[in-house]
Amino acid sequence: MSQTVAAPSAPARTRSDSETRLAGMLVSFEEPGPLMGAAARMKEAGYTRWDVHTPYPIHGLDTAMGVRPTILPWIVFVAGLTGALSGIFLQYWTNATDARNFTFLPTNLQGYDYLISGKPFYSFPANIPVIFELTVLFSALAAVFGMLALNGLPTFHRSLFRSRAFQRVTDDHFFVSVDASDPIFDESTTGGLLAELGGSDVMRVEEPVVQPGMPRWLMAAGVIFACVTLIPLVVIAKARVSKSTEPRIHIWQDMDNQPRYKGQMQNAAFADERAMRPTVVGTVARGDLDALGTDRHRLEGLVDDQWATVFPESLRVTSAFMERGRRQFGIFCAPCHGLDGRGNGAVPARNPDGGREGWAGWVQPTSLHDQSVRDRAVGHLFNSITNGIRTMPPYRDQIEPDDRWAIVAYIRALQKASQADWNEVPAAARQELERRSGKRGND
Amino acid sequence: MATIPLEIDNTQDDPRHRAPLVTGDHDLGTLTETVSRVAEAPRAPLAWYVAFTISAGLTIMLGGLIGYLIMTGVGVWGVNNPVAWGFAIINFVFWVGIGHAGTLISAILFLFRQHWRTGINRFAEAMTIFAVICAGMFPGIHVGRAWLAYWMFPLPNQMAMWPQFRSPLLWDVFAVGTYFTVSLLFWYVGLIPDLATFRDRAKTRVKQIVYGIFALGWNGSMRHWHRYERAYLILAALATPLVLSVHSVVSFDFAVAQLPGWHTTIFPPYFVAGAIFSGFGMVVTLAVPARELFGLKHIITMRHLDNMNKIILATGSIVGYAYSIEFFIAWYGAIPEERFAFISRAFGPYAWAYWIMFSCNAFVPQLFWFRKIRTSIPAMFIISLLVNVGMWFERYVIVVTSLSSDFLPSSWGPYVPTWVDAAMLVGSFGLFFTFFLLFCRYLPMVAMAEVKAVMPHTLKRSAHGDGHAGGAA
Ligand code: HEC
Repeated sequence: MSQTVAAPSAPARTRSDSETRLAGMLVSFEEPGPLMGAAARMKEAGYTRWDVHTPYPIHGLDTAMGVRPTILPWIVFVAGLTGALSGIFLQYWTNATDARNFTFLPTNLQGYDYLISGKPFYSFPANIPVIFELTVLFSALAAVFGMLALNGLPTFHRSLFRSRAFQRVTDDHFFVSVDASDPIFDESTTGGLLAELGGSDVMRVEEPVVQPGMPRWLMAAGVIFACVTLIPLVVIAKARVSKSTEPRIHIWQDMDNQPRYKGQMQNAAFADERAMRPTVVGTVARGDLDALGTDRHRLEGLVDDQWATVFPESLRVTSAFMERGRRQFGIFCAPCHGLDGRGNGAVPARNPDGGREGWAGWVQPTSLHDQSVRDRAVGHLFNSITNGIRTMPPYRDQIEPDDRWAIVAYIRALQKASQADWNEVPAAARQELERRSGKRGND
Repeated sequence: MATIPLEIDNTQDDPRHRAPLVTGDHDLGTLTETVSRVAEAPRAPLAWYVAFTISAGLTIMLGGLIGYLIMTGVGVWGVNNPVAWGFAIINFVFWVGIGHAGTLISAILFLFRQHWRTGINRFAEAMTIFAVICAGMFPGIHVGRAWLAYWMFPLPNQMAMWPQFRSPLLWDVFAVGTYFTVSLLFWYVGLIPDLATFRDRAKTRVKQIVYGIFALGWNGSMRHWHRYERAYLILAALATPLVLSVHSVVSFDFAVAQLPGWHTTIFPPYFVAGAIFSGFGMVVTLAVPARELFGLKHIITMRHLDNMNKIILATGSIVGYAYSIEFFIAWYGAIPEERFAFISRAFGPYAWAYWIMFSCNAFVPQLFWFRKIRTSIPAMFIISLLVNVGMWFERYVIVVTSLSSDFLPSSWGPYVPTWVDAAMLVGSFGLFFTFFLLFCRYLPMVAMAEVKAVMPHTLKRSAHGDGHAGGAA
């Protein structure tokens, strides 16, 4: 510590604002020429808290000062590596993982297999651009913020800034400075050394003993500002935990609410101004045909309010009709019931363990070869397709009535086939069956 | 100190004496003075006020039009099937391209130790940033529901959906985002010492505080310079592959699609060359009036302009070569659709656009073979404007011709831009110039600390006398 520092014995409270102490010393140069020698001498003298200040970087000066090479490149290297790995991880996680393995995570953090045109989920070539960009991004951020951190920037308060002469360091002057906190700092010897360096003026840098604190009003304003910025967060937090009967605030309409006519409304486009249009004479509205009860056998599968046991008279069970049934069955029923009707289609195949957690309502499609189904009247089967049965959905809107009958005929054929006696098989088909089973070497 | 007359011809390297990079009777102090004066003058030149009023007006118009677009929907543009990309994407590619010169000057020329870059790098970098802002705006509003533009980023959301990482459009988000961030950092790091100069020269308290905050307490410490130069070198090394990657990725937007006229492997290099070409065109367009207006002729000398014109000539020739080879490959590849696409480009309904593009980009810059034209201010200004026009039309040709007539003749359709399209293009220029004029007025337009390191007497006196003094900063 310097001997010339203002009397340390005086209690802090009584120090006046104008009292100053020596914070360091400074010598200025108008030319960069003598700096090299100056730096070498300062280093030799054993100073540690000193520096050279220049308006632009002078190469070789840092070595003359004994500045050790910075570790910045290593920081950047690690950051770049982190960037590359996060690029790989991000893309792998979001586009090529099976969400089912990560059910313990919140849904919005789970990744999933993202299928695009049947390409592999993880295709490295396509992921290179993003990996590259993230590597560069992370490295650049590390280079800049690492440099600032190593330099201790930002630091707005420095005793050097109190010297008016020092302001020219960013213009055309060069300086050597020594901090008063340097262990071997001594006002007279240090001053002497600085004077010998070849610069022009040796200056003392004074700083007030009592550093002015932050103004009260600024503090108050800061606190108030911080509180105000919390308000939106509080409102959001409250909204998340409370319920409201009001619809949510709808800033972007997104075509969610569109003008439309509802029943009983007026519509000036029609002469009678009724938005709800009466049926056109001579037409039957969709779904009304059944209700008209014109052909209950064919359209509802009922004969005298009982399930029909025979096919409607208008239909003739031919091989073309059966073929039609086979195709419709393949389209509409096989996904669940399987091509052979045993209830092992593609949909239940996705659920091999018979039910996942949270899927308590799962029901296996009935095997159409069950005795119960065999015992059903054809009208009942027809009705199961038309209106669905228990958990099975209705298909009346997708399958024409005659096609439903064709499917029923095909189901009957399937049932027959699974229990047929060898002798019932036609001779031609018998040969074919023998040939196939012979080839496979079983049955 | 020997005085270097302003009239000296520093465009030629005479082995007997180094051509000076800064002319006139400049030392460190007068250089600081010349550059700072621009920002410190109580009033800007009248031309500045006129230009600022116009560009600010256009920016306000752009803001209004964006509001109109968002309230009404993208139907106010001429985009439709089959040309769904229209002006928005043309402008996007155009502005991103402009941005490339800044990083090229600051990074690639830095690595090649081209000292002349110091005179122009600051405002070329500024130009980059403003151009990328203009560019980034267009895809943001082109998505239709602009308020959902954040879907482009991999943010966890209530739909539990992630972006699709095998799409070039997503690579774009990362490339342009990274490019903007790195350019901004690069620019800001370069600015720190000069902001400190402004802080130290500030006459008012407000200026002192504001510049002081952004100068971060810079005090020219050699220990700081040491790490600073390292950081700058690393940034340059990072930005160099980055600048090449950005326009390559932008070109993937087209090249990865199957469309005739787009699906070609030449796109990445051809786009990068075009981007540098257009960027230098814009730098010359800006530098010519700026050096005149703000008295920076000693610092942005004829040599700088001459060098840039040479780069325009080189990249313009590459672009011209790419146009020709595209044609050749279309014929040589023997794919009928591809052949058709190119023939219809040159002779079909958009032939006028094609020939504007071809003549402005491939023919006009050839004039720069002549030294007279390379060093003539009016000639280079006009040529640089034509380069900008040509490069805008290049993107117009690529986007519109390929989309409007692809494989299926039954789905062909023309593209007719609306007044909103045109006004938004003009408005984006307003936005760009508003930023640029503000920059000229309030920030150091020339990288003072860097120029000081390459001034003739600094180079001579430099500690090692190796002529490499102060490459960075
Ligand atoms: C979405 C899957 C699914 C499809 C598609 C499907 N079913 Fe079903 N089906 C079921 C399920 C599940 C059951 C058992 C319902 C229950 O027990 O709750 C069932 C039961 C049945 C039954 C037995 C009803 C009874 O009498 O007990 C028949 C018959 C039947 N389906 C026929 C069909 C026909 C014919 C088709 C094609 C038109 C078809 N199913 C399409 C899922 C399906």
